[in-house]
Amino acid sequence: MNMEEANIQSLIEEQEFTINMGPQHPSTHGVLRLILKLQGEMVREVKPQLGYIHRGIEKMCEKMTYQQIIHLTDRLDYFSAHILNEAVCLNVERALEIEVPDRVKYVRTILDELNRLASHQLWWCAYGMDLGALTTFFYGLRDREKILDIFEETCGARLLFSFNVPGGLMYDIHPNFQKRIKEFIKYFRKKLPEYDALLTGNPIMQERTIGIGYISKEDAINYGLTGPPGRASGFSCDVRAHQPYSAYPFVKFNEALFTEGDTFHRYKVRIAEMWESMSIIEQLVDNIPEGDYSVKMKPVIKLPEGEYYQRVEAARGEFGVYIVSDGNKTPFRMKFRSPNFCNLAPLHILSIDQKIADLVAISGSLDFVIPDMDR
Amino acid sequence: MEIDKLLELVKSYQPEAEIVSGKQFLTVTVDKKNLHQFAKQLKESDETRFDYLFCQSAVDYNDHFVVVCHIDSTKYRHQLVLKTKITDRENPEIDSLCDIWNAAEFHEREIFDLFGIKFTNHPDLRKIFLDNDWVGFPLRKDYVDPVNIVER
Repeated sequence: MNMEEANIQSLIEEQEFTINMGPQHPSTHGVLRLILKLQGEMVREVKPQLGYIHRGIEKMCEKMTYQQIIHLTDRLDYFSAHILNEAVCLNVERALEIEVPDRVKYVRTILDELNRLASHQLWWCAYGMDLGALTTFFYGLRDREKILDIFEETCGARLLFSFNVPGGLMYDIHPNFQKRIKEFIKYFRKKLPEYDALLTGNPIMQERTIGIGYISKEDAINYGLTGPPGRASGFSCDVRAHQPYSAYPFVKFNEALFTEGDTFHRYKVRIAEMWESMSIIEQLVDNIPEGDYSVKMKPVIKLPEGEYYQRVEAARGEFGVYIVSDGNKTPFRMKFRSPNFCNLAPLHILSIDQKIADLVAISGSLDFVIPDMDR
Repeated sequence: MEIDKLLELVKSYQPEAEIVSGKQFLTVTVDKKNLHQFAKQLKESDETRFDYLFCQSAVDYNDHFVVVCHIDSTKYRHQLVLKTKITDRENPEIDSLCDIWNAAEFHEREIFDLFGIKFTNHPDLRKIFLDNDWVGFPLRKDYVDPVNIVER
């Protein structure tokens, strides 16, 4: 190596340079921009830049009635739309002190878990693709299609359901509902081991994920890292277990907990959650009680003056709805605690002093949905 | 922990605080100058251990702002709502809670962006959603935007 080459080599190693990752980058799954400081291939600083699809949903809510707001929550985390709808409905029902029939609770919980399954399937196939395994995409979407068909038959929509209304459901379930869900669970119990066979045991996948992007339990709690990423670090943050709502008090399930806190275990939590979701659905689907699918509600809903908070477990973490009401038909202030926004905060802890290629694996394992982040 | 027991504890920490025991959470309103010290106490004391800030937001009540923190304890599984009033509308300022709960970093940047409340001692207080040249604070009640907000 001559003098000049050595100079160039040391320049590359020593010099820090700044680059943009995104906003139009395939691995960010939306318009998220990360400003990176790199030294060679190592990431030295990460600064997320948000707001490319900030729509001011919280401001819009202040001019809308509670029935209309439900349609806005669909547009936050569109992969767990049903769960977010439910959060608003539960909060309005809490404020009005309405107890919904058991039938509503059961159907809501079944659809929650189906929604979670569909979301995790989509995450799984996209995550495989982030790591360079294209086949996973076909496997995941093939199975997700079957869930979307059930949703389509139940409420007519495939992505933005708006099936929950304050006081219950929009209409009763389809006569085929239970039959099709049982068929699906039977089918998916056979297919889920294929996911493990295809990706979990793959040496390339393991090389790229085990020990990468570690976060400790203390940091996870301190930064409010919830959902599967939090549980991979040993932070027991499942709202379904700690503050059960709807039909969760009636079912037995295990919270998937790991202590390793790396990318691979964030992956494992989601696979474990898919098994748990299926077991929850199986416990409920045969026992849906007869009864009304909705409570009779007044056409204009006015919440009593006060403050109400509802926490639910969305597919990506804890989702919260905070309503301040002044007694009118529109909320005085509405705040959505979105899981993705809070899960983004510890990104620098996860990715500093890792390779830039691993940053793709790390941000993929946090499962970002950008509209939920920007609101 | 029971809500009554928590109420007694909070009373012993902050005798002047205004405490409302609601149906869901215990709501404590503290003075602006006591906020940081009280929050630190809530986190570090062995009896309370509020180590998880799950939501932080602000509300504009036309004549004053209220900064609301929802906090949770992963050890005892009890929750508390911590409120602080800011009466100065022209130049609202409050202590940052970033050094106590790191989760506050992003929440406070959001509040700064949309309400214009400044957090002192915040490590990186920049706008988070809006452009740097954006005029006004959209979530304030007196915000007017004739182009994007249609009055009906």
